[in-house]
Parts: sequence; C-alpha cells; structure tokens
Amino acid sequence: MAKNNVIGKTEQRWDAIAKVKGQAKFTADFPINHKLHAKILRSTIAHGYVTAYDITEAEQMPGVVKIFLPEDLPQNKFGTAGHPWSMVPAKRDIEDRTLLTRHVRVYGDDIACVVAKTELEAIRALEKIKVTYEKYPVYLTPKAAMADNARRVHEERDNVIADTSVGYGDVAKELKAADYVIKEHFHTPMQQHVHMENQVAVAWQSEDQRWTCISSTQIPYICRRIIGQAVGVPWSQIRVQKPFIGGGFGNKQEVIIEPLVVALSMACGGRPVEMNLTREESIAYTRTRHAIDYDLAVGVNKDGSITAIDCNVYSNQGGYASHGHAIGGKGGTFINALYKTESLRYAAKTIYTNVATAGAMRGYGIPQVMFALESIMDDAAEKIGMDPIDFRIQNRRPEGFLNTLSHVQQFNFKIDKCLQKGREAFHWDEKLQDSLKYKTGSKRRGVGVAGFSYGSGTYPFGLETAGARLTLMPDASFKLMLGATEIGQGADTAFSQMAADTIGVGYDKIIRDAMSDTDIDPFDTGSYASRQTYITGFAVQEAAEKMKQKILKRASEMYDIRPEYMDIVDGNIVYSHNDQKIADLADFAMSSFYDMAHGRAIVAESSVNIHNNSYASGCTLAQVEVDIETGQIELLSVMNVHDSGKIINPILAEGQVDGGMAMGIAYGLSEGVRYNEAGKPLNNNLMDYKIPTTMDLPDLDHAFVESEDPLGPYGNKSLGENPLCSPAAAIRNAVKNATGVAINSNPLASQHVFEQLKQAHVI
Amino acid sequence: MNQTIEFTLNGETRHYSVDVRQSLLELLRDELALTGTKEGCGVGECGACTVIVDGETVDSCIYLAVWADGKTLTTVEGLAAEDGSLSDVQTAYVQDGAVQCGFCIPGMVLSSTQFLEDNPTPTRPEIKRALSGNMCRCTGYQKIVDAVADVAEKRQENADIAPVNFTRHA
Amino acid sequence: MYDITGYHEADSLATIFKIIKADPKAKVIAGGTDVLVKARERKQDFIATQLIGITRIPEMQGITMAEDGTLSIGALSTFKQVEKDPLVQQYIPMLGEAVSLVGGPQTRHVGTIGGNICNGATSADSAPTLFTYNATLEIHSEAGVKNVPIADFYKGAGWVDLEPGEILVRIKIAKADYEGYLGHYTKFAQRQALDIANLSCATLIKMAPDQTIADLRICFGVAAPTPIRMPQAEAFAKGQAINDATLKTIGKYCLADTNTRNSWRASKEYRDHLVQIIPARNILAALKEVQ
Repeated sequence: MAKNNVIGKTEQRWDAIAKVKGQAKFTADFPINHKLHAKILRSTIAHGYVTAYDITEAEQMPGVVKIFLPEDLPQNKFGTAGHPWSMVPAKRDIEDRTLLTRHVRVYGDDIACVVAKTELEAIRALEKIKVTYEKYPVYLTPKAAMADNARRVHEERDNVIADTSVGYGDVAKELKAADYVIKEHFHTPMQQHVHMENQVAVAWQSEDQRWTCISSTQIPYICRRIIGQAVGVPWSQIRVQKPFIGGGFGNKQEVIIEPLVVALSMACGGRPVEMNLTREESIAYTRTRHAIDYDLAVGVNKDGSITAIDCNVYSNQGGYASHGHAIGGKGGTFINALYKTESLRYAAKTIYTNVATAGAMRGYGIPQVMFALESIMDDAAEKIGMDPIDFRIQNRRPEGFLNTLSHVQQFNFKIDKCLQKGREAFHWDEKLQDSLKYKTGSKRRGVGVAGFSYGSGTYPFGLETAGARLTLMPDASFKLMLGATEIGQGADTAFSQMAADTIGVGYDKIIRDAMSDTDIDPFDTGSYASRQTYITGFAVQEAAEKMKQKILKRASEMYDIRPEYMDIVDGNIVYSHNDQKIADLADFAMSSFYDMAHGRAIVAESSVNIHNNSYASGCTLAQVEVDIETGQIELLSVMNVHDSGKIINPILAEGQVDGGMAMGIAYGLSEGVRYNEAGKPLNNNLMDYKIPTTMDLPDLDHAFVESEDPLGPYGNKSLGENPLCSPAAAIRNAVKNATGVAINSNPLASQHVFEQLKQAHVI
Repeated sequence: MNQTIEFTLNGETRHYSVDVRQSLLELLRDELALTGTKEGCGVGECGACTVIVDGETVDSCIYLAVWADGKTLTTVEGLAAEDGSLSDVQTAYVQDGAVQCGFCIPGMVLSSTQFLEDNPTPTRPEIKRALSGNMCRCTGYQKIVDAVADVAEKRQENADIAPVNFTRHA
Repeated sequence: MYDITGYHEADSLATIFKIIKADPKAKVIAGGTDVLVKARERKQDFIATQLIGITRIPEMQGITMAEDGTLSIGALSTFKQVEKDPLVQQYIPMLGEAVSLVGGPQTRHVGTIGGNICNGATSADSAPTLFTYNATLEIHSEAGVKNVPIADFYKGAGWVDLEPGEILVRIKIAKADYEGYLGHYTKFAQRQALDIANLSCATLIKMAPDQTIADLRICFGVAAPTPIRMPQAEAFAKGQAINDATLKTIGKYCLADTNTRNSWRASKEYRDHLVQIIPARNILAALKEVQ
C-alpha cells in the first residue's frame, strides 16, 4: 500500500528528457567498430522445401563475407515464445524451428543468410542466390489445414497442435432450456504490432570470450536462454543487453533474430554482426496477433439471465508454434470472469497454417475473444429488448467469485462500476437518444458498448518471479536495478515511485538504468502479460522494505535509538511517533560509506515468486456515424473506463489507455495483414497496413474506477494491455445500432461494411 | 563517388565530403553520429527520420545527403539551448506525458517545432494535420496533440502579457 | 545507401539533355518521394543507374499568370507550394485541395507536381484535377518545346508520353478552363493522411444563369489504368437542372465510362458503386462551397 504520497501522483517519467533531446540510445544507435551486416534470404513460396541453392554468383559479389545455408549453422530446435523455461517438459513451448531452414512453412521463411561489409552489399548478394523449390499445398486457414488430406506443416506433429475443452454444466441442455438461443460466427483479423522501431540486434564476442548481444527485446533473460538453446552453448556464455526500445507490444516478447545474429557472429570469428529488419520484414515475417474464428452460441431468457455459453475456437497459428495454444486457449477464463451462466463450454483448437507465425500481441487473445463475446452478448440483450449496459450489469459476476477455470478468486472486480461510470461520463443515454435523429438518410448514427476482463500476470498458468536490487548512494539517492524492462510504457517510472514511497524518500531520489543487462540486473522474466507493475511491484516493495530496515538497523547502531522507534519520512530519519528529525538521510548515507566505525555500503535485494492474480476489467463506449452509401465509418467519440485498482501514476496510466485504445480502434476499423492465394503477404508496408495517423482518431476519452486492490503490491492491478480489449466490439455494436446490421468480422473497413450493408439490403 | 557539400547543421557550418549514394539520414547517423534521428521504414511513410531543412520538415530517409548542399538543417540535437535546457516544445512533451517509447519523438518534436513557427495559433485539427506525417504507435497521439496545443497557448499568453514591443509589430 | 552509380546536380535544362544524351538510362529525380522509394524497393529502372537532380533549374519553378490569364505552374512546384499559392487559391482552388491530400506534410514539402504527373500513376492526386482543367504540359527537349494535353500524356499504367531527354517544365491551364467553374475533389482512401487513393474523382462544374449545368467535367483516378474523363456523363449533364434524377443519371453514365478493376485494395464491385456516388457528392460539395 502507498504510504508516502509518491504512489498515485503524476511524476515526470525519468527518461522523457533524454528522448526529446535525441540522447536516448536505441539498439542501432551504439557506435560499434567493424560491424558486419546480415540479411536473411526469404522464401518466395509459403510452403515447400528448398531442394537446391546456387550461391556461386552471390559469393563473388563485392563485400560478401560469408553466405550461410541451413546446414552451415547449428541445427538445434528451439521455440521463440517469451515464456519462462518450464522444468516440466510437457509444459514447454513447442520447439519447432532451426536458425535457418530448407523446409519452408511461411512466405518469407529464413532459408539462407548473407553477411557482408555493408547492408547494400548484403542485399545485392542476396539477389544473386538461386533457389530451387519443391512446392507443397498452401493452407491459409485452420479449416484448410485441418482437412483430412492436408499435409503436415511440421512432420513431427499434427496440424492441430492443441485441442482443449474447459467449462462446466450441461451446455446442450441449458441451450435447449433457454427462451432464445443466439448462434453466430465471428472472425478476427491478423493484426500486427508495428512498433516504430523494427527488430534490430547486434552481437559480438566480448573480451571475456563470451557473447554479447544488444537487442531491442522485452525479455532479456528469456532471450539469453533461447540464444543459448539455439546456438548450443551454456546460457552463462550469453550476455543480453537491452537499451531503450522503440515499442514492442508483444512482438519483442519473441526471440526472433537474436539467436541467428549470435550464431553469425560465432561463424564470423566473433566480429560484430548486426541485423536490422526492414519494415516490410517486420510486418510480414515476424509475428502477428492470431486470427481466430469463433462459433458461439448463447442461451438467454426473457428475464435477462444467461443459461449457456458455448464457444468453439479455431486459432490460426501460422507456420511455427511460437506462443501457440496459450492464446486461443485462454479465452474461457475471461468469459467466465465476466458473465454469470448456468453452463459454459470453451473448446479451442490451435492449428498450424502457412501464414505468418502468430505470437504474443498486446491483449494476448483477449481482444479476439472479447470481440466475439461482447458482440453476441449485445445481440442477446437486443433479442430480449434489454439495454446493453443493464444486461451486462445484471449478469456480472458477484464480488469474490471464484473463477473455477483459473482458480483465481475475483476480489475487487468492478465491471459494473465501469459500466455505470461510462454511462454517465460518456453521456450514453443522450447520445443514444440523439442517434434516433440519424436513422434515415445517408449518415446514420449509433452507440455501442463492450466490456472485458484481464489478468495481472500469468499465474496460475505461468511462473511469476521477479527481482529487484537497491543500492544506497552517498547522497541518499538509491540506485534501483531490475530485470523487468522499460519498453516505453513507463514501468521504470512506476517502479521508482514504488521504491521511493516504501523507503520514504522523494521520487527524484531513485536512479534507474537506461540499459538492462543479464550480467548485472536481478532475474526477472520481462515485460509481458501486464505483469510488471503487479509482479515486479512485489519485488520492488520487498527490496525497498529491506533497504529501509537495513538503514534503520544501522541508524540504530549509529544514533543509539531502537530501530522500531524510527522511520524514514521525506528523506529524513525521524522518530516514528512524532516525526521529529533524528538525522538527514544524506548525512547517514555518507556515513554508511565512510564512517570509520560504521562504514559498510548498504544494498538490499529481493527475489519473489508470486502466487496470486488480480483480475482487472473495463469497458469501451463508442459513438459512430456510418455513411451507408460508401460504408465509411467515422468514430465520433469513444471512451474507455478501467478498473485497474490503484493508479500508480495518472499521466502514465492515461498514456497507456490512449495508446491501447488507438490500437483497439484500429483493430476494429482498419488493420490486418492480407495475403494472396499463394500465401504471399500483400500489405506489408506502412502505406498499405493501416495504422492510424493523427487524423484518423477522435479525441480519446477515459475514466478510471480507482480502488485499492487487496492483493496488488500497491493496490494496483494490470493496465498495459487492457485498453485494447474492448474498442473493436464497442464499435461493431455501435455500427449495428446505427444501421441495424451486425458485422461479425473485423476490421470494419469501408468496403467490408459496404458489402455487409448491401447483403442486408441497407444499400 | 563523393561530393563535397557545405551546409549549416544545428547552427554550425559544415563542409563534408559525402557519398552521393547516401541518404541524409545515413549522413546524420553514420557519419556525423547524430543518432537522435531514427529510421522506421526507409520509404518516407513513418516520419521517424524527420529533420528540418530550410524551414520545412522532410523525411531524411528519402532525401539524398547531397541535397543538403547550401541548406540549413535542424535535427533533434539542435533544439535544446546551448546550456542543454529544453525548448518550450520539448518541455511540453515531457510535462504533458507525450513521450512513451520515444522512437517517434525526435521527428514529432521537429514537426511540432516547425509547425508552431508557421502557425502560432493553430486549431486542434490543424495540429493533427501538421503531425499527420509522423506515426506513433504508443500514444494514440492524444498527449502529443495536447502538448503542441499547450505550447501554442502558452506562447499566446506570454505574448499577451508582454509589454508592447514596436519591433514585433513592425 | 541507394544503389545508384552516380549523381549529377543539373543547373540548366541543357545540362540535363547533355547527360541523358550520354547516358539515356540516367534517371531524372526531383523531390525523390517516388524515385527514391522505388530505388529502395529495388525496382529495376531505379537501381544501378545515375540520377540527375533537377530541383535547382530556374525555368521549372514558380506559379505565374500570363497576360491572357493562362496559369503556368512550374513542374518543380512542391505540393505545399501549390496548395499555398495565392493564384492557385484564387483561380484553381480544386488543385490546391487535391494536392493538400497527398501523403503527409513531409512528402508535400519535397514532392513536386511535375513528379506526380510524370510518375504516371492513375492514383496521383494532382492528375484528375489537371484533367478537368484541361491542363497542357510544356515539355522541353534538345529538339525544342512541345505542348501536350494532359489526357494525351497518359498512355497506360505507369506509362507516360515522355522519352528519355524530354523534361516536363511547366503545366499550363487556360483561362477558359477555370473561369466560372466550381470544383471539388474526393480522395477515397482508408486513412485521412499517408494514404493513396483507392478511387479519386475531380469534378468541375459551371452553372448557367438559368441554374442549369453549363459545363461539367469529371475525371476519375484509379477507375482505369490512367486518369479518365467521363465523356458520356459530361455530355448528358449539359443543360440539365441539378436534381436527384440528374445526379443519378450522371452516376450511371460514369459507370459506363469507367473501367475499374479488381485489386486487393478494393474490389471492382465496390469501385463501381463509388463511381456512381462520388460525382454527385462532388457536384453538391462544389456548389455548396461557393455559398
């Protein structure tokens, strides 16, 4: 819990000045002498086998250092998902790739590599490599890859890499018993992260004959492990450094290029090798959000109660397993978190295909399932003539609900408060009323709402461990060292506030590092699952409490006062009963280093393993205007309301919400990687892949239903991924409200809307 | 394949022999070690490489280095005062929470700076249009647009309370 | 690094002609927003070639009006210069409107109207507007000067009537082609900025004193391999009063006059639908702007 008034305050993020001055160093900004440049030769088919390479001409090209075929590099199989390693073999991620491959599973697969003195020379050599393929049938959808005669994408396993079913009650019986059954199919698009900094890594042999890799990664320690596994050296031989990173959104929770870069440096005598993916490569050949199909059925009674939720899930994995079933399989828990129902069945399959490998992306499966769930729930409310907000509130889970699918008890779960607050703050009723004036003519208006729930970290499914180290500096500043990673979200600033609050000093007394380093920082699995302020928060709290106790113990020796009589407040050591100053912490700090009798520098460390989870929730409310002649949608206003416990830093929290909303809105309206029939990506550039510009978004409104979460380290729970879970469904519901047409596949790009309106005879 | 060019960079006159194949972005980053300017796409879509050339923003990734000949350039490193203190635009970005990962920020700040020179009293849609060539994936642009609006407002306030200055009205 | 073999900064048209005579494959480059992107994409004609920079050539700069009212736009005028130009704003505002929708600000600061035309793309934002203004292109070569109507200049997708050694110097619009006209341009794209048109339409209209249509000119981009005028719709419109029936019929004739295609960016069905709607919207918007 917050004590010293640093938590909950807007503090200026510590790295902002460096970033506006251009001082902040990102991976490509480090001066490294004699750097070589690597480029991947990418397959020009989506499924098949390279039967022959001809590199004779390529090898003669100027500047070429070496050309690598799959056999020239280590053959260890590895997985790329940024999960902690599991001691239980059955729980490990599928290891289905090698550094380079002859077996092509996706368009743009890594079939060879050129290392040259300059990037241009590498590109020119790549173009001279001749490749002969044996082509296999290309499967773009789960349905195609699941067909009886479909060829295995990976020989070792079936194309259905996982098939699970969870739930309770008798869904068939309960559906039959319902007054109405609503059955719908939903399809979600393949969104891409489009972090502004593409993947980039540089590796070399360091002075101690180990291997250093600077990388734009969210997960330095996992990156170290996967490099070690892929290149076949003990993990201690790898050092990963993470400087500032230009966004990740889950795509850098994947270890995509680092193992190859280290292997190439090893194969080039330890010289530094850099690989800098282009935007075209990053969009098409790294990871995407899973495109998922849902067959959903909901049984609803006239009184608004829900009898059954039946959900069949087909998650398109693409060519490699990556995060695999962790995403498609996750939805049941969060359906169950939101709605009271007599019965629930959530059956999910994850299927290899030949589109880009899907992996982690902000929201991790929840934006998909919430699009389907919150659409069909809206349709259910409409069916029985109930207000969509009232319907959701009536069916909310009660306080303290034990979610049997995850065994997490939902304390402090405030979806109802979010919906109520949103109704007022968004002026829902007025906007709904106003929309009635726009139900004829070419411009139709409507409003829509959607809710969501989201976890704080991965417990109980994944290991949740984090560490922190605090060092007292001679002027009573504290160096805070963490394995958790700042990736732009402001984690470091929030952690600094936590440390300051617990120790009893100002925020400005906490010093952070621009560089995370696996040789130096305490172990932490990294930035994903909206886990850091929650899980790492415990580690910071514990280290800060230990630091405080160490200071007071030493102060007790020095000032001859029992430690329990003292406290640290505003940078002073004081009597705890009346705040009378005993010593200036800065004087104490100097003594802790240099006092002849007492001088011993003070360091406090923690490492925690957290066995709890706090479910957060929230909702989006949206107002749209649909041009029913062209299918164009204008988002007139939009608001997110969040139940994320205590807000550590309001301005940073707002920034997370703004960014997540923008991504969620675009998920609903414009984004998705597209392919031709042969599996070739069509829109892997920023012109054709439509992330919003400044002119494509309305002002983004938000509100928080703030409370002290009983389990969170500072009363906080997740927020980072939450904001993009519900905008797409809210927009879909608003379009339905405006036009009477329910569109069950995203994105609602104008042509798609036109086609749907036409099919519904609105056009 | 080199040509010698002369240009003013962040207030300093430079003579430099540049490879004609080089983009301005490569000249800045690789030769002059001014790594504040970023590359996000290489084809003039994202605006991360924005610099100011003769009072107009350009995407330095699709601008040949030789074209800088005879021109005046400002990069993000040239915005702060000589003592390191931030410009009002930089300050607003910091204070208004407009900075997240920071990769788009150098370009954003430069676009904002030049725009406010050209249009000291902008409307919100004008700000959005002026920044529409700079993509950001973290912020939804909300606080970035807020920051630019704040600077304009503060400059107006300062202008309003400043004593009458004849040279300014001349 | 761009994969080019050399760069020349031309200071006069004569220098360009000389260099191209020696190396007909040398590529002329103005603002670079198309040429350098194509070089980066490693398009065949844009790598392993020399570039000739032309942005400092005096005859190709500036926007002027001749005594007879003919407007003359230097091919090197950037989109921003065109948008902000007082003559453009006063006499041919639709052109300013159209080029204000190109890409983003940075592109408009260096991209030129001449480059936009010579690129030959049917999606070029300046092209449909220049078609409706019946622009004439003044093309110089060592052999002399020729004036080509813009409609004859476009030959096919990415293919214009410009031989090596020929340079588009100025774009001219006669007084009769703008005086008394009102116009509106629609760029139909997914985004409000940084996008290319899935369909574009420039519409120029002149009303007779009796409130019938004296003249109507419509040009679509991305409705055919080149920008394309709507002869049947334009012929029909003359003398018609503006009402729903007229607007609908104009749309029908536009459908007959266009030759849209299916692409992954937009389907033929969708483009054909829009073709029938946008001209009517443009007409109403053009007339509204004057009120």
